[in-house]
Amino acid sequence: MSENTLYDNVWENHKVTELPNGQDQLFIGLHLIHEVTSPQAFAMLREREIDIAFPERNFATTDHIAPTEEAKRDRPLQDEEAEEMLSALERNVSEAGITFFGFESGKQGITHVVAPELGLSQPGMTVACGDSHTATHGAFGSIGVGVGTSQIRDILATGCIAADKQKVRRINVEGSLGEGVYAKDIIMKIIKDLGVDGGVGHVYEYGGPAIEALDMEGRLAVCNMSIEGGARAGYINPDQTTYDYLEGREYVPEGEEFEELKKYWESISSGADAVYDDEVTIDMNDVDPLVTWGINPGQVIEVSEPIPAPEDFESRTDREAAEQALEHMNLEAGDSMLGYDVDVAFLGTCTNGRVSDFKIAADILEGRQVADGVRALAVPGSETVRQRCEELGIDETFIEAGFQWRRAGCSMCLAMNDDSLEGDEVCASSSNRNFIGRQGSKEGRTVLMSPAMVAAAAVEGEVTDARRFFDEETPTVTANDVEEVAD
Amino acid sequence: MSENHITEVGGTGVPIPGDDIDTDQILPARFMKEVTFDNMADYLFYDARRDADGEFNDHPLNRFEGASIAVVNTNFGCGSSREHAPQAMMRWGVDGVVGESFAEIFADNCKSLGIPAVTASHEEVTHLQEWIEDNPDGEIEIDVEEETVTYGENVIEGEIDDAMKEALVDGIWDTTTLMYSNLSKVEETAGKLPYVTSD
Repeated sequence: MSENTLYDNVWENHKVTELPNGQDQLFIGLHLIHEVTSPQAFAMLREREIDIAFPERNFATTDHIAPTEEAKRDRPLQDEEAEEMLSALERNVSEAGITFFGFESGKQGITHVVAPELGLSQPGMTVACGDSHTATHGAFGSIGVGVGTSQIRDILATGCIAADKQKVRRINVEGSLGEGVYAKDIIMKIIKDLGVDGGVGHVYEYGGPAIEALDMEGRLAVCNMSIEGGARAGYINPDQTTYDYLEGREYVPEGEEFEELKKYWESISSGADAVYDDEVTIDMNDVDPLVTWGINPGQVIEVSEPIPAPEDFESRTDREAAEQALEHMNLEAGDSMLGYDVDVAFLGTCTNGRVSDFKIAADILEGRQVADGVRALAVPGSETVRQRCEELGIDETFIEAGFQWRRAGCSMCLAMNDDSLEGDEVCASSSNRNFIGRQGSKEGRTVLMSPAMVAAAAVEGEVTDARRFFDEETPTVTANDVEEVAD
Repeated sequence: MSENHITEVGGTGVPIPGDDIDTDQILPARFMKEVTFDNMADYLFYDARRDADGEFNDHPLNRFEGASIAVVNTNFGCGSSREHAPQAMMRWGVDGVVGESFAEIFADNCKSLGIPAVTASHEEVTHLQEWIEDNPDGEIEIDVEEETVTYGENVIEGEIDDAMKEALVDGIWDTTTLMYSNLSKVEETAGKLPYVTSD
């Protein structure tokens, strides 16, 4: 059993009571609402004639179905199903007195991008949302959990969820990131080493020098993909980087109140005497950029490695998954992922749809062109991100390079709007899931990678080591290097 | 609903073989554009159940219609938090699931819906899956209290998560009712949190 970790401390502060079924009733300090998983929950409450318990602790926006083409955002939306969902959400939150960041607000976007940038997500909170990427908010040192619709009903009615406390695994990320290697590569490396179900039953505490060196946007990317490693929540202890990021944001108190709150934030961090259920070390020294080669996020390699063969895996499960992956992706074991033809480049999502992600990609796109035949989409994670990028002139770089510069939403991460893969298109994607059918086509193929790698793939029309576009001294890898090793 | 004690569920079975079957396969995202769960059964494993021209293929869900017990392998239901996935299974007719392991949010959603989820070893699960193939009309029974799965001459000594078992057996798997009675305590807890009081 863990002791005096941030997870233990925050859990203790938010525990209301123990329920007769053995679970804890846990107060949720921040509940984020979107249009897809909430309408059924509001309907259940109406049926029971129950009012919303803490409307001021709930915030809503629209992301999954949001059209990202400007012309398609006029109301009513052309997509009737999307319009129905959006109007239901507007009706529900307005009746309940819940703050809503709609298209008109200028703050609409993906819940996990909006809440951090507005300062809604803070250290020492419990955060819930009907979306599995709620782990993102753990970047501030909070407990963020994805919940189902019945649990959304629970939160709306009682401000709480019924939950079982998990084990805590400390992941020490040692070393420092090489040029062209990013936070996204850290989390993909963690999932590579620990597996897609390695985190089941655990929350991940990320720490160590490589994590401490990350800015908040990098930390958000790491925590975001905790669920892809099977961990329902992942977090990073708050530090000066966290406090500096928060200070001055819209929903963060100022002056004395900020200092008071900061004392609380400092008090919930894992103590020097914290006890973890287990500890793992990941070394990021000499790690090359990573890309997925398969159909789950654990099927991932460094660009310097060849695609593995099914027989390389010890467990039967992994062998079968590898066979299925090679078939779906039309890949051969032993080959390099470098040179794999790409039809679509997609930059955005709750993993990598923040200003720094677009900046990194823009540096590569500056003075270059998207390859012929490649459809390239840049979809800011929120309207705030879009506006900031436009102030910086980043949108121009994307447009000049041949990218479509879109409005905010989840977009092609899961294709609930018009942004979808067609047929067996291959997508170089900064998103978080490469499951079959995820990007809207059951034959579609997804290669997950960092924003820099997406930009580089867009330019070359194939998966390529983005470091070739960096200074001459930056080491890069080519397909020949990889295949020589494999032989 | 909160009065329902779920101690036993049973019926014929449907094997859904494969590890790491994710929620995008169980309920593809494009079918979540509805404000109720009413039609979700129609979309269950929508892509996997159809061939290229949209006709039903030989997917187990097409071959074992009317089944009540789904039998799955490891890390079933991984991926998103969408309750649409177990809702679709429930509305299709699934009253209980037996598997090697379940993704956490999926198991939580099953608990919310009163669907017992039993775990058993790889050998036991694959044996049951093969048995269903040979005995499509064979009865399978999950005893929640005993944590057993009985079929033919066989009994699997499985495992059900403690909280799920308590909830189902005591009939208090509707957590809203359970937690609603503690609202004054919730106010008390919230009142001690600096970020709540500073608003």
